[in-house]
Amino acid sequence: MTTPNVDLDGKIPNNVGLSDDPKLRRALETWLPQYLEWWNDMGPTDFADKPVFLRTAVSVEPGGWAHYEHVKMPDYRWGIFLDPSPEAAHIKCGDDAGKPAWSDVPGEHRNSLRRIIVTQADTEPASVEQQRMLGHIAPSLYDLRNLFQVNVEEGRHLWAMVYLLHKFFGRDGRDEADELLVRRSGNPDKPRILGAFNQPCDHWLSFFAFTMFTDRDGKYQLAALSESGFDPLARTTQFMLTEEAHHLFVGETGLDRIIKRSAELQKLDKNGDVRAQGGIDFDLIQRTINYWYTYSLDLFGGEISSNASTFFATGLKGRYREDQYTDHRAIDGSYRIPVVEGGKLIEQDVPVRNAMNEVLRDAYVADCERALRKWNKTLEAAGSPTRLSLPSRRFHRHQGIYADYRFDPQGNLISHEAYEANKHKWVLVPEDNAYLLSIMKPCYEPGKFANWIAAPNKGIEGQPIDFEYVRMD
Amino acid sequence: MHDVAKGAVLAPVEFEVEPTRYRHWKVSYDGAIARVAMDVDPAAPLRDGYELKLNSYDLGVDVELADIVRRMRFEHPEVRVVVLTSGNDRVFCAGANIHMLGSSTHAWKVNFCKFTNETRCEIEDATASSHQVWIAACNGTTAGGGYELAMACQEIYLQDDGNSAVSLPEVPLLGVLPGTGGLTRLVDKRKVRRDRADVFSTTAEGIRGKKAVQWGLVDAIFPRSKFDEKVLERAKGLIASASAGLPPGERKGVVLSPLAPEVGPTSRRYRHVSLEWDETTRVARLTMTGPSAADVALVERGGEAMRQACVDGSAALWSLQAWRELDDALLHLRVNHMQVGLVIVRAVPAQGCDLQQVLAHDAALAKARDHWFAREVLLHTGRVLRRLDNTSRSFFAFGDQGTAFGGCMLELALAADRFYMLDDADAPVKVALSELEEGALPMHNGRTRLQTRLIGAPAQLETLVGRRDPLDAEAADDAGLVTVRLDPIDWDDDTRIAMEERASLSPDALTGMEQNLRFPGPETPDSKIYARLSAWQNWIFIRPNATGPAGALTLYGRPERPQFDWQRV
Repeated sequence: MTTPNVDLDGKIPNNVGLSDDPKLRRALETWLPQYLEWWNDMGPTDFADKPVFLRTAVSVEPGGWAHYEHVKMPDYRWGIFLDPSPEAAHIKCGDDAGKPAWSDVPGEHRNSLRRIIVTQADTEPASVEQQRMLGHIAPSLYDLRNLFQVNVEEGRHLWAMVYLLHKFFGRDGRDEADELLVRRSGNPDKPRILGAFNQPCDHWLSFFAFTMFTDRDGKYQLAALSESGFDPLARTTQFMLTEEAHHLFVGETGLDRIIKRSAELQKLDKNGDVRAQGGIDFDLIQRTINYWYTYSLDLFGGEISSNASTFFATGLKGRYREDQYTDHRAIDGSYRIPVVEGGKLIEQDVPVRNAMNEVLRDAYVADCERALRKWNKTLEAAGSPTRLSLPSRRFHRHQGIYADYRFDPQGNLISHEAYEANKHKWVLVPEDNAYLLSIMKPCYEPGKFANWIAAPNKGIEGQPIDFEYVRMD
Repeated sequence: MHDVAKGAVLAPVEFEVEPTRYRHWKVSYDGAIARVAMDVDPAAPLRDGYELKLNSYDLGVDVELADIVRRMRFEHPEVRVVVLTSGNDRVFCAGANIHMLGSSTHAWKVNFCKFTNETRCEIEDATASSHQVWIAACNGTTAGGGYELAMACQEIYLQDDGNSAVSLPEVPLLGVLPGTGGLTRLVDKRKVRRDRADVFSTTAEGIRGKKAVQWGLVDAIFPRSKFDEKVLERAKGLIASASAGLPPGERKGVVLSPLAPEVGPTSRRYRHVSLEWDETTRVARLTMTGPSAADVALVERGGEAMRQACVDGSAALWSLQAWRELDDALLHLRVNHMQVGLVIVRAVPAQGCDLQQVLAHDAALAKARDHWFAREVLLHTGRVLRRLDNTSRSFFAFGDQGTAFGGCMLELALAADRFYMLDDADAPVKVALSELEEGALPMHNGRTRLQTRLIGAPAQLETLVGRRDPLDAEAADDAGLVTVRLDPIDWDDDTRIAMEERASLSPDALTGMEQNLRFPGPETPDSKIYARLSAWQNWIFIRPNATGPAGALTLYGRPERPQFDWQRV
């Protein structure tokens, strides 16, 4: 099952030859206790002694990377795995497309690469911090297990990024790796780098929306980095993508199950009042979508960005599935973006390299639209008249060219006053928490699900739905 | 990209502004502490074609800042500590707007950098001379010109939030230098070790947190939640030391009223100053009229009387008004009349007056200078003269019939590149020295214009100390004050030829030559900043590696990457 170059015996399972690299091993072994301390302080609360049916990566072979067993989270083995792709790598985009990829960091791009890696790395522990209390109000053991699976894998993704920092960025890299454990989600003094990762994630509606929308940004960022000319980054992120897919599954199906349940409750109630039946009403679901989708749009960066242009031009970061494109230089061509000028929206053509963030955002938006169509099918199948939608990508933005203006969910430019007056109808507001927390009571009995969510179609890894995914005794 | 800043074809830049018209700054006062918050309106650039994102600045933003610094001294003498901070949540200041620089003419960039440098030197001058200590509260990203602005302050405090860094990304990102004294202040003022300064100045993302403190890039870091409180604590702590040795006088401000010049197609006339230009000959005439007997009488009544006369507007006081007018005229000359290469400077007496009034004025002002307001008036005169020293035009002072270069107005002749003086036995033209010329109006090199001029003749300089009698052309020539002494028969021809000859020479070579010749003697951080700006930055600005078709500054924000010519020059 394990390939010969995978070392599972040491403290840190890996296929990066850790045992032959004393400098790297020393760095990682120094970092390990700090990481565990962080996990104990900031990871999931109160479930350290509970065996969880977790998937662990023990091999990078197709199909072999998913090994399932009950594990206590602190004993989870956070390893370092690179995609073992044997083909000779090349730079996939930008001015040097087609030239051999870098197996070491080129000095010229060192700072940019470090920044890209640190920004990506910072999101991994952030989401664990955001979700640390959710175990106490889990709607089922199945969902509790999924939460923890997501958490340990975000931890492993942090390891993957720290490996890159330690291996390729010397002392600066080690300092940055330490800083990753010092910043804290939502802490005004030591906030995480990106806005969405400082937003509270107090309940499972937000958790599912986060894994649906925010982790999906992660997928696209990782996919773009998997096109990097810096080969170790490309191969690391390639492998992370396989795990990220599970997080997206948790989010997308989680929201789908809530929608399905709400449609049932809508039908059940003589006034169609979901709340009267203790469920989550569609207005609230829509506002949750509006909130997390738009915060996640921010993560792609500015619509018109010289950084994005530089990263692409230098081959550090490609487009989603760069191999689908024929022109990997993208030096000509423009991209049309609506911008606000003189109080109106007008279209502006910008060089496509400068619009690379927007190009990636397009792929993301299309993916989200697909999920929305699926949820609306669920509503249709349940006989509900309700339909959900994505707001305009200009709505509720905190980064980029729209951040200084206000738009309604349809994308129309409106006044600050009009926005403030309607905000409570459009995005999550603190009062929503009170209701959601009132209906979210823990449900730890195998096979049982909280009233506000439907059961999944099937269990995990062929196990039945009433399997004891987390052993609570 | 639009062409911006082609001075001549666009509306002229105005340098006068007042607080109700600020677009980019919010100034608030609380007793001895003032808070100056940069909050740049992205949609209000001085020229079309770029947006002032992320608290980046252009000349328009800096014109307001200069106004703030100046008004603070005159209108708010109660202020001891000025907290310079940002009204933007994430960015303290991102520096000069790169798109503005990338799309500007060379001349515009140079003028822009010069003006911003002068503003930063004014901040330092306020801290050093006016008991107004500026401290920077960097509550977000502090990049490039933003960090240079912070370095103009006496102390720098940086928010410690894991993100906010100070940086000078000009070299690695733009292929140019920090243009407002950043490199000089880094090693000369903040005494950052030069090897660390090398690392810092090539690290685009900058340095944050503890390391920024260890390297001396900032004075302290405070967490975000305590930042405002800690900065305020420090500001309060500075009041006492900033108040030590405070000059006397009632600390109530005066109002700097609008200059309201009369603007014609080829002239700009103020009360005491006039500027006329001729675009064909490329010669301008700058004339300053001296104080009247009433002006002198006011100064003779002392600092408090001067202050009271200005409470509702400074126009009453020649000593302030005339120099404010000259300042404005110089700025217009620099930015709005780029073709003018030679400026003929004349100092004329007020109606019915002669040299005696300006000498009496200087004597009275020197006597009044213990009072804070009189002192500010003098400091202001010094700054305007330094602006003249730094103006890249040829200045010829003409001491012909009807002129009276005396005291502070003689400084105009001493600041000029040449002083032509008429030697007319029938109606002798005279000049005279005053006590103000013996240290009250220093150049950027820290010396007087007389010391600078007579650097090779210390004995001659010695004979001039305390000399107050009017000097005719011969005596002035003997004293080393005159470049060319002409009798009435030769005056017209010789001055005409001198002007035509000057106007025919390469303007670039003249700028370089004049800047080299104007500042002999020792260096100060200020003089280094200006010298290096003109020598290095202005050279780099014009090199293909920065501004050629594939230069780093040209291509910043564009999809192409810069291509460098690797040859070291």
